[in-house]
Amino acid sequence: MSDTAVGFSDSPRKSRASKFKWVSIVGIPLAAILFQVYVPRFFTTLAYLEMPLLVTVYFSLMRRSPPSGVLFGMCIGLAQDSLSNLPLGMFGIVKTLVGYFAASVGQRFEANSAVLRLVLAFFFFFFHQFFYWVLARALLGQAVSFEPVQTLVLAILNAAVAVPLFHILDKLRVTE
Amino acid sequence: MDLILNRYRNLTALVAAILVQLVLLGYQVKSNQEVRLIRVWAISAVTPLARLLESGRSSSIGFFKDYFVLLDVREQNKRLQTDLDRIQLENQYLRSELDTAERGKALAVFQEHARGKTIAARIVGNSPGSNGRVVLIDRGTGSGIQAGMAVITPSGIVGKIVSAYPAASTLLLVTDPTFAAGVISQKNRVHGTLKGTGNGGVMVDHVQNEQVVEVGEWFYTSGDDRIFPKGHPVGTVIAVRPGRTVKEILVSPSGFQNGLEDVLVILEGDHAPIPEAGAPNQTVFLQPLPPAEGDQTDSSTTTRSRGAETDLDREVERARRIGEDQKHVFGERGRGAPDFNKAPSTTPAATAPASPPAPKP
Repeated sequence: MSDTAVGFSDSPRKSRASKFKWVSIVGIPLAAILFQVYVPRFFTTLAYLEMPLLVTVYFSLMRRSPPSGVLFGMCIGLAQDSLSNLPLGMFGIVKTLVGYFAASVGQRFEANSAVLRLVLAFFFFFFHQFFYWVLARALLGQAVSFEPVQTLVLAILNAAVAVPLFHILDKLRVTE
Repeated sequence: MDLILNRYRNLTALVAAILVQLVLLGYQVKSNQEVRLIRVWAISAVTPLARLLESGRSSSIGFFKDYFVLLDVREQNKRLQTDLDRIQLENQYLRSELDTAERGKALAVFQEHARGKTIAARIVGNSPGSNGRVVLIDRGTGSGIQAGMAVITPSGIVGKIVSAYPAASTLLLVTDPTFAAGVISQKNRVHGTLKGTGNGGVMVDHVQNEQVVEVGEWFYTSGDDRIFPKGHPVGTVIAVRPGRTVKEILVSPSGFQNGLEDVLVILEGDHAPIPEAGAPNQTVFLQPLPPAEGDQTDSSTTTRSRGAETDLDREVERARRIGEDQKHVFGERGRGAPDFNKAPSTTPAATAPASPPAPKP
């Protein structure tokens, strides 16, 4: 099964990159999107949980490769766009940036630290919501509102969920 | 060039990905067309899974309920609920018909006019990023659904189809800020535009401050938008405030009253008249007005004319009598005005009702 693992081993920096099975790489984002599509129907408060974003941050952080983060974020974002009634690319662009920055941070810091994960999940949620708002106003001309205090609270909630979620996802890493 | 691209490989990948998506976005916004193929793939990939989850959820809940509670009662309840929904729709239609015509005529109209054709659908998921204001239903073009079709429940309107795919469709709920539908109030026949507030509520826009809308009044679809057939209930007014230019009218949507799991998509609409506002339950007895101050005449010899029931009526009558005394013709130019300080001399017989004979001592 190690043949299907995805990872890097060509440089000392990249040797710390985690490997995952293809099944995990495809299945977990799909499950995250399904979660966002299906679960809030019955638990409306969970609509504020950005599972696709958390998964993007996790995989980009652990793979430590900006091109992979870009590709990963773009695919998840476009999948989200496809299921929404908005033009394709809105979530795609935002998550592409998140994937890139998360991977860049992963290259420089120890990605297994719970504190770092908490801070990054918090930061990237806020960045995601803010940048999405900017794009919606600038590119689509939509008069959507942005509430910083509410976004900060939701960022804290998402960060609190991200830490145990990332810990669970760690179990899916391929060990050599 | 290759050296630069290799050196800035990460940044190049980022810029390329952003550019591709910007071009994609620009194409969609400029041409007002969506990239249908990608959406069809995504919807086709997610819908079966969502449907599987939904059937798994309902089966497991159903199993436990059936097993632990009462099997027959649950089945019966399902059947009765279906019947109730159907009867509510029929009742709505019949009531609106009966309100506007005689019973026999309404029945004849009912027989003549074919009912609108609808198809039942189940909500299988929310659209990402919409906070539940756009949902997915498990019926698509394969069932005859097209973009722009109206979606209702027996209680009221729910939303409209914005995109239809082979096995699923996206439904824009009335609570979405981009939703709009023509509505009309039941009592005062005030036209407006129904819009979502974005936080779970709906409002009626474009109603001038001078127009009368009351709390508790029903709004119905007006059919102006050519999406919703006329006469479907929308909701009741819960708050009315005068705004800067137009009224702020908040409405409680009636379509969501019984939860939102199963909906009806209108394939062929059938306009219905707006039902008349219900008459008050009880007639209220009103006492006659008290006599005007200074009016010392005995009630048995009252000189009030038949129409003079208010103070204003009495003033008008007094002014008319003064004018007659002074031979003044009201409405003619250059004649000035009569002297209203003089009291009217006599009571015109024409305006006085027949007085009963004075009581003998």
